[in-house]
Amino acid sequence: MDSPATYFHWGFILISVPNLVVIGGMIVLFAIALVAPFPHSEEGDDGHDK
Amino acid sequence: MIRPMGATQDEYYRGVRMVPYDLVKELFLALGGVGVLAVLVALILSSPDVGPVTIATWAHQDPVDFVTTATSELAATTVSGGYGNPYNTAGPGQSWGPIAPQKWFGTRIPVDSGNAFVIQPLQRASVGNTDLGTALSMWQAASSGDQAKWLDAYTKALANATVTDGKVTVAASDTYGPLTVMMSNLLGIAQAGGLDGLLVINGRFYQTDYTQPLLFIGDSGYLSGLASDAHLTGSQWGMMNETGSYPGQTWLWLYTMWYQVPPFTSPDGFLGLNMSNADLGIIILMTILTAALALVPFIPGLRDIPRWVPIHRLIWRRYYAPRKAAPRS
Amino acid sequence: MATTNSVASNPKSWTLRLRKAIDRHLPMDHLLPDRQPYYVGSWVYVFGVVTIAALVWVVVSGVVLSFMGPQWWHDSRLGRFFNSLHFWSVQLFFIFMVLHLWGQYFMAGWRSGRAATWMIGVVIFAVSILTAFTGYLSQQNFDSQFIAINAKDAMNAAGAGAFFNVLNFGQMYGLHVMLLPIGVTILVVIHIVMVRTRGVVKPIDPEGSSRSHGEASDFVGIKGSVK
Repeated sequence: MDSPATYFHWGFILISVPNLVVIGGMIVLFAIALVAPFPHSEEGDDGHDK
Repeated sequence: MIRPMGATQDEYYRGVRMVPYDLVKELFLALGGVGVLAVLVALILSSPDVGPVTIATWAHQDPVDFVTTATSELAATTVSGGYGNPYNTAGPGQSWGPIAPQKWFGTRIPVDSGNAFVIQPLQRASVGNTDLGTALSMWQAASSGDQAKWLDAYTKALANATVTDGKVTVAASDTYGPLTVMMSNLLGIAQAGGLDGLLVINGRFYQTDYTQPLLFIGDSGYLSGLASDAHLTGSQWGMMNETGSYPGQTWLWLYTMWYQVPPFTSPDGFLGLNMSNADLGIIILMTILTAALALVPFIPGLRDIPRWVPIHRLIWRRYYAPRKAAPRS
Repeated sequence: MATTNSVASNPKSWTLRLRKAIDRHLPMDHLLPDRQPYYVGSWVYVFGVVTIAALVWVVVSGVVLSFMGPQWWHDSRLGRFFNSLHFWSVQLFFIFMVLHLWGQYFMAGWRSGRAATWMIGVVIFAVSILTAFTGYLSQQNFDSQFIAINAKDAMNAAGAGAFFNVLNFGQMYGLHVMLLPIGVTILVVIHIVMVRTRGVVKPIDPEGSSRSHGEASDFVGIKGSVK
């Protein structure tokens, strides 16, 4: 981990691979959180109000 | 009038179906999960720790740069020498029209670079060293015109200096005045570690303020060379980066981004904002943007984007789903 | 409710008034509810509590590091481990905090009287950045040297450098281990109390829908609709 990181140069953007992994990982994690099923209770999930 | 929110929360949720939800268990699961993750990553990847640069290392690794920097300190042509407040009044500091906070609070951290980094350490070392003592006396007694001439000649000569056994040699000349003796002594002190000690301790015993040695090292080409190799400088998105292959402060992406784009990259810039007052301009800009983030609830358009972007429809799909079905009685 | 004394309460008692105010604004079953609206059913809701969990690990590892002194982690393998734990907990803290910010933004979590909660959240973000910054300055290695030398220019340009000297390790360390963590903690507690006081915000309803109870005004002003 102490060896220098690789950098991506795209236009004016210059970003290290580790930083890209963190940011990319965050986007992936957010997307997963949006779609992954969430465990819910058995009290009837037909959405009707009491 | 402060509304009793407790009662109002019952009103707010009237008609909404409530389901069991264990917040405390969730917290403990989070503590456990994050803990396991953090411990594993810490064990496997460790953390960065590149050792600090000392004046001694600098003087050994690049003696010409060291002597050049020290000479420039005497000439007050270094970054710290011409900085302005809070260190001295040698420069105007950054300003944007009437906005010049760098000047407003005065010289609260006084540093006289040439004196602090060169003359005083040499004075301490001149005890018992008659050659150095003579050279220093010659320097102190000279007119500023003479000093300027010696500095000019010596600086030019340093551009072609050579290094032998860690010592710096320049073309022989009698136009340098006492500078060759002063600088070779300073280099010797530095290489022996004495200058680190003198600048850090500064005559005291206990010390936690590294202003002087850091300003001196910061004036060097040596440090910025190392920083550039590690992609830490301002024009390399450096604020976001870390040594080695570790992630850096990714949350500073927007702050460092402005240093890479006009007007902050050009000498002429736009509306009075350019390279030379980039620090001030960008701090003002980021203050405004941070305030805007805080005030999102009140900014039309910005506060309406969540309604236009259907991400909330994914988050609350159980809420929205029944409405698609045929109405039930 | 029977009391052991028969002396009537003094309605002007500050203690009584404070207790009644707390009962009104944040009764225990709102501070620690065991139910949530059924629509709290997405993993996006989890980012807030995971951020708090990361903060706990930041503080715990930080306490160990400060107990042993700022040089320990350079000289000891155990110290290096705790520094690593601190370093990665901080990374996780910011990752989850930003994910929480994204979630709250797309849920427009500031609606129905929750603008102040959002604003405190942004302040926590800013103070956390400052705390992390003083932490990076406290490392006493090459990284902290260069960060100090570079950052001083921004601080000085803003006038703050005269009072906040990034080259002064003692000042930065003191801010980092005590003053700023206290600040972050107090702000986080306020933020959580505000969330619990108001409850989780309702889903966004399109204007004019049959479920709307005036939610079109949700997006306006501080109080908006509190229905």
